[in-house]
Order: sequence, then structure tokens, then C-alpha cells
Amino acid sequence: MELIFKFIEVFLSTIVDVMPIAIIIFATQYLIIRRRLANLKQVLFGFVLVILGMAFFLVGLEEALFPLGEVMAKQLTDPAFLGVDNLVENIQWENYLWVYIFAAAIGFATTLAEPALLAVAIKAQNVSGGTVSIWGLRTSVAIGVGLGISLGTFRIVTGTPLHYYIIAGYVIVIIQTLFAPKSIIALAYDSGGVTTSTVTVPLVAALGIGLAGTVPGRSELIDGFGLIAFASLFPMITVMGYAQIGHWRAKKDLQRQELKMKKASDSKNR
Amino acid sequence: MVTDYIKQIFILLFSGFKDLLPIIIVVAFFQFIVLQQPIPNLANILVGLFMVSIGLTLFIKGLEIGLFPVGENLAYDFARKGSVFWLIVFAFALGFGTTIAEPALIAIADKAAFLAAKDNVISATDSAQQAYAAGLRYTVAISVGFAIVIGVIRIIRGWPIQYIIIGGYICVVVITFFAPKEIIGIAYDSGGVTTSTITVPLVTALGVGLASSIRGRNPMIDGFGLIALASLTPMMFVMLYGIFI
Repeated sequence: MELIFKFIEVFLSTIVDVMPIAIIIFATQYLIIRRRLANLKQVLFGFVLVILGMAFFLVGLEEALFPLGEVMAKQLTDPAFLGVDNLVENIQWENYLWVYIFAAAIGFATTLAEPALLAVAIKAQNVSGGTVSIWGLRTSVAIGVGLGISLGTFRIVTGTPLHYYIIAGYVIVIIQTLFAPKSIIALAYDSGGVTTSTVTVPLVAALGIGLAGTVPGRSELIDGFGLIAFASLFPMITVMGYAQIGHWRAKKDLQRQELKMKKASDSKNR
Repeated sequence: MVTDYIKQIFILLFSGFKDLLPIIIVVAFFQFIVLQQPIPNLANILVGLFMVSIGLTLFIKGLEIGLFPVGENLAYDFARKGSVFWLIVFAFALGFGTTIAEPALIAIADKAAFLAAKDNVISATDSAQQAYAAGLRYTVAISVGFAIVIGVIRIIRGWPIQYIIIGGYICVVVITFFAPKEIIGIAYDSGGVTTSTITVPLVTALGVGLASSIRGRNPMIDGFGLIALASLTPMMFVMLYGIFI
């Protein structure tokens, strides 16, 4: 029963969230473009599905994942579990190994369930004619988020300034941009912003704030932030890497084929 | 027509579940093997997971028949009508309108206001904090609107995305050195937070639609990039907000 009330509440608030977008779209369509939508019924049904889907999704997350994820983040960052003394002099980053592993695993797994990323991946597969596959993009983005969040927890433990990491990451992105296939660049940049929405942000925020609260000498307010920035930066690196590897492979295959053909024609000539 | 959808939805349900499998594995591994604890309220969690996979499935179906076609339609119509002025107005409204009500942004703005009050940047009264948080939200929303406008102009003109983004990064780095220390983390996070689950598909459909209907533009090279811009400008604007207020 409680679940049904919660669902209705979330459903209504989702409608409120979608409203401004719907108003802007339909006002533009009917007042500025002045053309009727050919398949209005289907589109409206689609909007209903989107809102319903979001509501189910959010309630399910709140019911299942978030409480458990928060408890796990708290337990894993607990000094007693990690076997560390709660003293400033005693922070050794190696003691937090399970935290880094958990951060990487949960970042990877939640990204695969991120609906916005799935949407972009579907579009990218259609537009690229299959060169960029849905699963290829999602996996490489998920690896990026996992790496990023893991490094972000390391930063919280060691207390090094956030902007050193971010600036170093930018430098890597810029260098990769020079070498990456041109067609992937825009998509790679986009995949940074896409990753962090409904599923990842709450869990990651819980992890960051939990960790900053238990590591001695860290402030929840200053050090707890910044994990999301890591999660938006690293996918750019991994997606460009993914495209680069695909590019090299295709090139090698081509070379190998040329070599084979050359050999075949050589033996024929002989 | 409707029964067709229902049939498809059942097939899709399975793929929705597949997307959740990694989370289930990770959670089970850490709970049983690392933490060595039982899972509390298993029934609740199973119901929740089921709801998540239904939600994911309905959402994707809705995108395919609703949000994607609408975004593309608008893009085609704008390209055919050739009204750049209205396209820019629309782009700004879309960026601003979807960001101002974003729950994640509201949460971040409130935290930032709390921080500012703690550091005596603003007086520690409720009204001062609310004004600070509201100002921050408007700043971010305007910056996202501005980003979508720039992105749309870029698609029309065919400017390469990397120069804009790299130029933006350099600005972010330069501003970082002048920004108050407490705002940096929040500013960097606000970039990732602004692009919500509904905005992303819509903006992507718009960009790809525009790039495919304007001659000489390649949807792969020119169509993407709007979201990247929308994640970049808030970082700059939030830090500037921290500097000037």
C-alpha cells in the first residue's frame, strides 16, 4: 500500500518535471512551426510511457538500490571494517583498497543501467550505421565511470586537490582529440555529460560523502563533492580510446588483407 | 496497435532486466563475500528491481515513439523553414526550461548556499541562503540555455566541436585559479548534474536531426556535442558566480 502511495507521489512529481519540456516543445510546434504533428496520438502515448517509465524506475531505485547502496557505502568506508585507526597520522591509502574496488564496480554497473546513456547509444548506433555499437559505447563509458569514481575515492583518501586531477584529465582529452577518428569526437565529449544522472549520482554521492565523513581530516562539504566530475571526465577518455582501438584494428585488418592479396597475386605471377 | 506495443514491451522487459544484472552481481558480491552480511529486506529489493526494469523498458519504448520523433520533427521543420531566430529562441528555452527545475541542481544549489554561509561569504540567514541558491540555479539554467544556443549555431555553421570544447576547458582551468576553493568541487559537479534523463534524449534527437537535415553536415560529426557544451558552461558560470558574489 505504501508502495502505491509512493508511486503516485513520484509519478506526479515526474509529470511536474516533464511539464516545462512538454510545454516548450508543443508551443514551438504549434505556435512557431505552425504544423500539426502527423502522429500526435503516438507521440502523446510515448510521453505517457516515458513518464510512467521514469516513475517506475525512480520508485524501484528508491525501494531497492539506494538504501542498500548507502548502507554498503557506509559499511565499506567504516574505519572498523577497513582496520584503520581514526587518527590523522595513520591514513595510508592502501588501507582503503576495498573502497576503490567497490567504487569502480558500482560505477561500472550503475552506468550500464543509466537510461540517458542508453538513449544516446541507440541514437549513435543508428547514425553511425553500426560502427559504434550500443554495447560497445555503453561498456566503454561504464569503464570510464568506474575508473573515474575509483580515482575520485583515492583522491578523497589522499586529500589531493581536485583540480590537479581534472586538469590532467583535460590534457589527456586534448591529446587524444588530436589523434582520435574525427567522427567519434563529438560523441565522446557528449558521453561525459550523459553518464551521471538518475542511477549513478545518488549512489556516488553517498559514497563520496560517506568516505569524506570517515577519513580523518576530510570535510564532507569540500571533499565529498567532485566524484561526479571524475565520472564525467573519464568516459571521454575511454570512448576515444575505444574508437582509437577500433580504428587501429580496422587498419590492421586492411593491411593484412592487402598483404594476403599481394601474396596471392605474387604466387600467381610466379 | 496497442496490443503490438504490449507484446513488444514484454520482449523488452527481458532486456531491461539484463541491464540491471551487473548491479545485482556487484551488490551480491560485496554484500556476501566482502562484507559477509545477509541482504536486508530481500522481498523489497526484488520488488524494487522488478520496478526498475519495467521502468527502464517503458522509458526506452516511450523515447522511441515519443521523444525521439518529436525532437527530430522539430529539427527538420526548423531546418526547412530556415528561421534561425526562432530556432535560437527555442534552443535557449529548452536549455533554460529543463535545467531550472532539475531536482539534482536544486540540491546542489542548496548545499552551495549552506557552504557560502558557513564561510561568511553571505550572511547566515535563511533568506540570504535562499537568495544565493536561487541565484545559482538561474546562473546554471542561463548557462545551459546559452550552451544549447552555441551548440545549435555550431551545427548550422559546421564549426568543429573540439575547438569550442578545448577553448572552454582552458577557460575553466583559468577561472579555477581565481575561484574560491569551496566552490570548485560544486562547480565541477554541476556540469555533470544539469543534463537529466529527459533532456539528454531530446537534445540528442534535436542535434542529430538538425545535422541530418542541413546539407553538408554529418550527423555523426556535427549532430552530437550539445550535451558536452551543456555540461561545460555551468562549470564556468558557477565559478564566476562564486567569484563575483
